[in-house]
Amino acid sequence: MLFDMFKTFFKIGAFTIGGGYAMIPIIQEEIVEKKKWVEEDEFLDIIAISQGSPGPIAINASIFVGYTLKGIRGALICMLGTALPSFLIILLIATVFFQYRNNPIIEKVFLGIRPAVVALIASAVYKMYKSTQTKGFRLLIGIISMLIILFTNISPVYLILIGGIGAMLYYGKKGKNK
Amino acid sequence: MSNIVKLFLSFFKIGAFSFGGGYAMLPLMKETVIDNHKWLTNAEFIDILAISEMTPGPIAINMATFLGYRVSGVLGSIVATIAVILPSFIVMSLIFYFVNRFKNSPYSDYFFRGIRPIVLGLIASAAISVAMDAYIDMKSVLISILIFYLVAFKKFNAIYAILLAGLIGVVVY
Repeated sequence: MLFDMFKTFFKIGAFTIGGGYAMIPIIQEEIVEKKKWVEEDEFLDIIAISQGSPGPIAINASIFVGYTLKGIRGALICMLGTALPSFLIILLIATVFFQYRNNPIIEKVFLGIRPAVVALIASAVYKMYKSTQTKGFRLLIGIISMLIILFTNISPVYLILIGGIGAMLYYGKKGKNK
Repeated sequence: MSNIVKLFLSFFKIGAFSFGGGYAMLPLMKETVIDNHKWLTNAEFIDILAISEMTPGPIAINMATFLGYRVSGVLGSIVATIAVILPSFIVMSLIFYFVNRFKNSPYSDYFFRGIRPIVLGLIASAAISVAMDAYIDMKSVLISILIFYLVAFKKFNAIYAILLAGLIGVVVY
């Protein structure tokens, strides 16, 4: 069972490109549909918890599924399975990358790729903005956070803490008044 | 402090405060790796980010492995990767053992409602700060607009987008 868990999450780690959100449908297919390790609604809870917790979503989800199936040993095995393919592939690339980075062709390739990276991040913002329907006061908070990060030395850590705790106080009070 | 200890602490912090997945951790990663420790140049950072996007697995892990290797070789990559996932393991363990209490508290819901727009702002700032290094002339701006159009409106896959952009780079530069 443990080996089967490791294999499944290794596969998930090895074949999902594009990070967290791209991994969710694949994890779902493997864990819910094929292996039937967790129920559909249980899986949705796991994803919600994984998104709400710090760290990579896929790693969080694999740890939680591991706990559900086999306790702490299961959690460690699943986490390792998800992280290992990335680790091995990147290590392989990193060993050659810094030697060839100054090759003139490679330099040109990256001159083209860098603006594409901007586009990828910008489209992630665009998609999130559309799906969360951030507007009004919340949009203003988003814009102010962006400006603070760009123009001051204040760490994003403080923004997250202030935003989270501020919202707990604000909505907490509002909830009581209802 | 040796680089290994610094790597561990830096990536533990990055793992612990990155809500919202890979892109949301970019500003913190940039602050730690470039501004505080000067382990990389901006251009190197973007190149590593591009490779992390193209290779399988969570972007945060890819970045940690890559940066760790850059700073202290194989040992560095192991330390950075473990450090970035350790907070996940700790937090998920706590949640698993206290899961019902966590689920029923409206306060956790309030917390996430509060940070969502901030996460959006963090990712937007990452796009802008990468743009400041990536936009070197009109050609690079045009490449960016084209790729944004393809990815945001035509559901173009990220890997193909990066490969296409690399090809355009070789042709136009």
